[in-house]
Amino acid sequence: MAIYDILFWVLSAIAVGCALGVILSRNPVNSVMFLIITFFAISGHYVLMNAQFLAIVNVIVYAGAIMVLFLFVIMLMNLNADVEPQKGQLVQLAGVISGGVFFLVILAAIKSAKPELMDKTSTNIGLISDLGKVLFTKYVLPFEISSVLFLSAMIGAVVIGKKEETKPLTHNGEEE
Amino acid sequence: MPVNSTHYLFLSLLLFSIGIMGALMRRNAIIILMCIELMLNATNLLLVAFSKIYADADAQLFVFFIMVVAAAEVAVGLAIIVMMYRKVHSVDINILNRLKH
Repeated sequence: MAIYDILFWVLSAIAVGCALGVILSRNPVNSVMFLIITFFAISGHYVLMNAQFLAIVNVIVYAGAIMVLFLFVIMLMNLNADVEPQKGQLVQLAGVISGGVFFLVILAAIKSAKPELMDKTSTNIGLISDLGKVLFTKYVLPFEISSVLFLSAMIGAVVIGKKEETKPLTHNGEEE
Repeated sequence: MPVNSTHYLFLSLLLFSIGIMGALMRRNAIIILMCIELMLNATNLLLVAFSKIYADADAQLFVFFIMVVAAAEVAVGLAIIVMMYRKVHSVDINILNRLKH
């Protein structure tokens, strides 16, 4: 099963490298592109683990819908020039140190975890028919509630993003 | 050495830490939202790995629900950012300290 290992390492390198590109690139458009590559690498991991439904959903929802939304907003605001003011060196260093400390703490916690071998026998739990059966029997209530969540999020986004026709005065008569 | 669960733990932890570092380092609100997406995806990867190891479909459905919540979160978050940009003409989070005064 050497091909599995090779693909794992290649996809992991792509995912981590592009994740670093997301946080290090100065141009927000480049960040979005790096994040899309990261999501594709994670989808590759899903295919590797035979979770094909999630791989497709990941590509469609994340790389397709969400990142296009990000790209639209960035281009709407004309942020594709690198005009973003940077945080001070000290604050950036503090961010890296806090993230690194978090990494070390969790690393120390999971270092002693017993390694479970990946189940090499081909199971078809990740296929769409099996997941659908579980989704529409055991998890049918959360599924319906998530549709309500989507509806409320959609209404919320429309209400928040709507342009105000007349600028209403605040209570103490103060215009922004 | 064959790939086992520890490798997926390390990879997922690494992606999550990169997301945390990005959220702490950057000042652009959109980049911070993207780092949150990165952290959610790291969690999803770990859930799928353990679903594969223990041959259990429940974890994959949790990943599905996490994706649903993330999509709703991004829609509302980006609407808030667009509204904020319309008011203050910037997405710099250092400007958003009005509650402090």
